[in-house]
Amino acid sequence: MSAGATAPATTYEPVIGLEIHVQLDTRTKMFCGCELSFGDPPNTHTCPVCLGMPGALPVVNAQAIHSALTIGMAFGCELAPRSIFHRKNYFYPDLPKGYQISQFDVPICRGGHLGDVRIHRVHLEEDAAKLVHVGASGRIHGADASIVDYNRGGTPLVEIVTEPDVRSAAQAREWLTLLRETLRQLGVSDVNMEEGSLRCDANVSIRPAGSDALGTKTELKNMNSFRYLERGVEAEIARQVALVEAGEAVRQETLHFDPVSGSITSLRSKEEAHDYRYFPEPDLVPVVLTDAMRDAAAARLPELPAARAERYERELGLTAESARLLAFRAELAAYFERALAGAPTTSEGESLVWGHPQALANWLTGELAARLGDADPAASKVAPEALAKLVALVRSKQVTPGAAKQVLDALVAEGGDPEAIVEAQGLGAIGGGDELAEIVARALASDPDAVAKLKGGNMKAIGPIVGFVMRETKGRADGGEVNRLVREQLGI
Amino acid sequence: MIDRPQVLHVARLARLELDDAQVERMARELSSVLDHVEKIGELDLEGVEPAAQVVDVVNALRADEPRPSLPRDVALATAPEVVDDGFGVPTPGAG
Repeated sequence: MSAGATAPATTYEPVIGLEIHVQLDTRTKMFCGCELSFGDPPNTHTCPVCLGMPGALPVVNAQAIHSALTIGMAFGCELAPRSIFHRKNYFYPDLPKGYQISQFDVPICRGGHLGDVRIHRVHLEEDAAKLVHVGASGRIHGADASIVDYNRGGTPLVEIVTEPDVRSAAQAREWLTLLRETLRQLGVSDVNMEEGSLRCDANVSIRPAGSDALGTKTELKNMNSFRYLERGVEAEIARQVALVEAGEAVRQETLHFDPVSGSITSLRSKEEAHDYRYFPEPDLVPVVLTDAMRDAAAARLPELPAARAERYERELGLTAESARLLAFRAELAAYFERALAGAPTTSEGESLVWGHPQALANWLTGELAARLGDADPAASKVAPEALAKLVALVRSKQVTPGAAKQVLDALVAEGGDPEAIVEAQGLGAIGGGDELAEIVARALASDPDAVAKLKGGNMKAIGPIVGFVMRETKGRADGGEVNRLVREQLGI
Repeated sequence: MIDRPQVLHVARLARLELDDAQVERMARELSSVLDHVEKIGELDLEGVEPAAQVVDVVNALRADEPRPSLPRDVALATAPEVVDDGFGVPTPGAG
């Protein structure tokens, strides 16, 4: 077959929507006064309401409403003037009432967006209890047994549903990082994926690139880390592409991704939406948005990561990458701003790093972050003012970048003042004085071969000369100055 | 008219086991309930706001303050079986 007769391979575009469950970090449960707990002995935080005793009446936790409204405001959602709760009916041992109190057609928030992904809705509901399968214990009539711990049952949950705006597994992971950081900075949840306070499902479908149609979607459940989310979605996209290319149809189903084997398996066929027999919760009255509720939520909004990154780009001229690195880690952003504020000034009162916050950002997200890992720099021995001073020393060429790394090592180990460290360890840059000229002369004398090449116009040969000088000066020589002296001494 | 498959479907969702006579009786009774609702549906409700509640109360909220929980032995007194301080149940879907 000639190349021209080969049909072009179809490329597929993934269409991904995310559903995220967030446990709110209120003190008490959604509908009763039992305290929230993680890791407490089983069944020590229950009452007739969260055990589903007949006749027990739920009462809505005002703080959960407040948190949901705060989240809605952060996304720019439309806040429902009046929202109601519904019963979602199904039987499972982790749901003692036989229904979950949730919201159905009138969620508390609708619309809005976070970053480049639109939000479909945000609603409130209660978490199920924890069900642990213990296998055949022989204690329960010899059958396969499970144990229910109702401590978690009734924990306030916010469910966030996005529009299908995500186009790759990597974007899904990236966006979830933004969501987690946003929720953390809102102070509404501890957003710990390992402990289950942030849980993510993904709706995945594929379509030929360029098409507007939506393919049949599958729901990938409960990926409990950012890495698993990315790998799970990637695996599901690959599975769907393989099915379609083999001429088979994608079936709508709920799937489980096993991160160990990388395999995807079908869960029990999901009951259809109408099988949940939603109806308005008769034991709860509507929640009507008041000005006081709106003001309280607005007062709680900090500057959020997306807005902060945008401001760093606009006002400080940081690169998008640096702005994102700083803004998406609140502790880095806080440290950065303290360092900027504490930067040394010239005799004219001009900040030595204000003109170039990018240099400070690079040292913070590069060298310092590399030395501290995930730790909060504010908890390190390096004061923000000290980092700013070090960057200023580099910018004013009093210290070379190489020597500054040694100063930073000393700051991380012992703290202190960068100027004092430079003084004590003799790390100050060797400027244009006779000392450097003498070292350059020795370097040239030691390498006639390089000198010949340089004179012949091959400037690459300057490498060994600069290397010699840096070794001699322990990195304290300014590269530009060495370059100038070489040219001067060789007359080139 | 509610037919037999519909009754069996609803019974399965409610985890009820019905014998043939009960299925037939439920089909009849559920149909009459639906007929009654349809009768109500004939009312002219043009311009009437849908109501999910009959009481004229909104924002019955509770301050986020802990209240004592039940002692565990009292909570577990209603368990079908107690296993490792938890409610022991047959594993859903097993056996």
